[in-house]
Amino acid sequence: MSGSGAGRRVRLSELAGVIRSKNSGPFELTLDVFFRTPEIFRRARALGLVDRELIRRLYRVRDDQVLEIIWFEPAAAVKATIAREVSSGSAGDTDVYGAQQHMPLVDAEVQWDGPAPGGG
Amino acid sequence: MKKEMRILSPTAILGYGFPPASFERGMARRPDAIGLDGGSSDPGPYYLGAGKPFVDREAVKRDLAIAIPAAKRAGIPVVIGTAGGSGARVHVDWCLRIIREIAREKRLKLRAAVIYADVPRPLVARALAAGKVKPLSFVPELTPETLRRTGRIVAQIGMEPLMAALRKGVDLVVAGRCYDPAVFAAPAVLAGFDPGLAVHLGKIVECAAIAATPGSGRDCVLGTLRKDCFTLETLSDARRFTTASVAAHTMYEKSHPFLLPGPGGVLDLSKVGFRQAGANSVEVRGSRFVPGPATVKLEGAVLTGYRTFSICGIRDRVMLGQLDPIFAAVRAAVEENFGRGDYRLAFRVYGRDAVMGALEPERDRVGHEVGVVIDAVAPTQAQAGTICGFARSTLLHYGYPGRVATAGNLAFPFSPSDFAAGAVYEFGIYHVMEVDDPAELFPAKHLTIGGGR
Repeated sequence: MSGSGAGRRVRLSELAGVIRSKNSGPFELTLDVFFRTPEIFRRARALGLVDRELIRRLYRVRDDQVLEIIWFEPAAAVKATIAREVSSGSAGDTDVYGAQQHMPLVDAEVQWDGPAPGGG
Repeated sequence: MKKEMRILSPTAILGYGFPPASFERGMARRPDAIGLDGGSSDPGPYYLGAGKPFVDREAVKRDLAIAIPAAKRAGIPVVIGTAGGSGARVHVDWCLRIIREIAREKRLKLRAAVIYADVPRPLVARALAAGKVKPLSFVPELTPETLRRTGRIVAQIGMEPLMAALRKGVDLVVAGRCYDPAVFAAPAVLAGFDPGLAVHLGKIVECAAIAATPGSGRDCVLGTLRKDCFTLETLSDARRFTTASVAAHTMYEKSHPFLLPGPGGVLDLSKVGFRQAGANSVEVRGSRFVPGPATVKLEGAVLTGYRTFSICGIRDRVMLGQLDPIFAAVRAAVEENFGRGDYRLAFRVYGRDAVMGALEPERDRVGHEVGVVIDAVAPTQAQAGTICGFARSTLLHYGYPGRVATAGNLAFPFSPSDFAAGAVYEFGIYHVMEVDDPAELFPAKHLTIGGGR
């Protein structure tokens, strides 16, 4: 569970309009979450809504397989980059471009007390 | 110095195409250069390892046959980076053959500069011994053994070799593996524009209209660089740039949203600002380039085996309830006949966990039917065929507990059912190498293509 305090549990997709995954080079998978408004972004950042623990849990990776969680105000977005299970296009790979690894984040439930979300 | 410089990016990857109307609208804006990103490492290591293009020859020829004559008429250079898809010598030469064909057919005479981005193995070995080769995050250290097993090695070259070529006044630059933004940034930096803005512009337009909304890999965009900002605009009314689409693309397929390392320095976007300048255009300010040591990113692929696969479907509910024990039994049968060996056999179950593999959180939810890819990778193509074929026939007739359908377990969409997919590679080298002088390491070869006007 990420975030804290009062509020209610919402799906991350209610707070973010775009959630995506993609290779960042053949050895990394980078996850981007774009919040619906700057206000939602700022509250989410203050709550640390997306943190290493959430990424570790959703993607079942070790802490040393999570590179960084970085919030980027101009895009109202947060980025998390993790190690790929195997490098892109090698024998055991399942997703050469890494573009279909985002659903655990879409479905993630988080505690929310910020501005009213929409969509979902 | 010019007051502004306009760079046209017709398409996300050379060969992905573009609507002629968008291209003409772009040319009507009198661009100063056309940039074409010819490839990517995204499609995986195969194309570098095997020396094959990943875009169809006719598709590449179609794009070039429009762009090159138009640029020649306008008197502006075309800069092609990562020619042929992976940008090794074999790929560059493939692209050059297409260009020669176009020059002959259209009776063009082109002053061209060719820049190969291949790096000889001994040079990498020396740099490795001198501690000048470093892995990127999550990449294993390069060992002499991996280096020995790696085929062709390319470097992502930066702006310097392209600028050196452009300085001579050419119609065309055909470069091997390139840092994607460099083909768009080099003409602008050569003309005296700020490298931070130029590289950031290049980072957006190298994907052409993928950065617009709705996105498209086959539409043109124009980037206009000024002293202290740049503007991006779409060239089709079907899509537009928005502050959100540009900001989102800024952090696309990068490890860090605002610190983007590249050859010769880091693009620092921590102070960047996006402003909606018009209905379809966005203005960007505050991008900074922080020079660092001269480095290039190296890429190299290692051959790891050969693949044969079979595609089939399973609809039987009884069987779907016990897939794992059935696969285990088939694997045991394969081992009984052919030993454990050095092959790799996988059952990829679409409808269960084939897309996410070990990362899949909903593995227990199996659809009413699943697709199975029986995937065998072995040291030779023949062995891969043996393993795949045996696993397929065993699975087809395996008598699992409670079976009601005794005629066969698998629905094959195709005959033949098994496909020899050829060599399998992996990226053995994805490392940063320090270099002394990138322009010297990757010199341009100047030549004239075609004998027309």
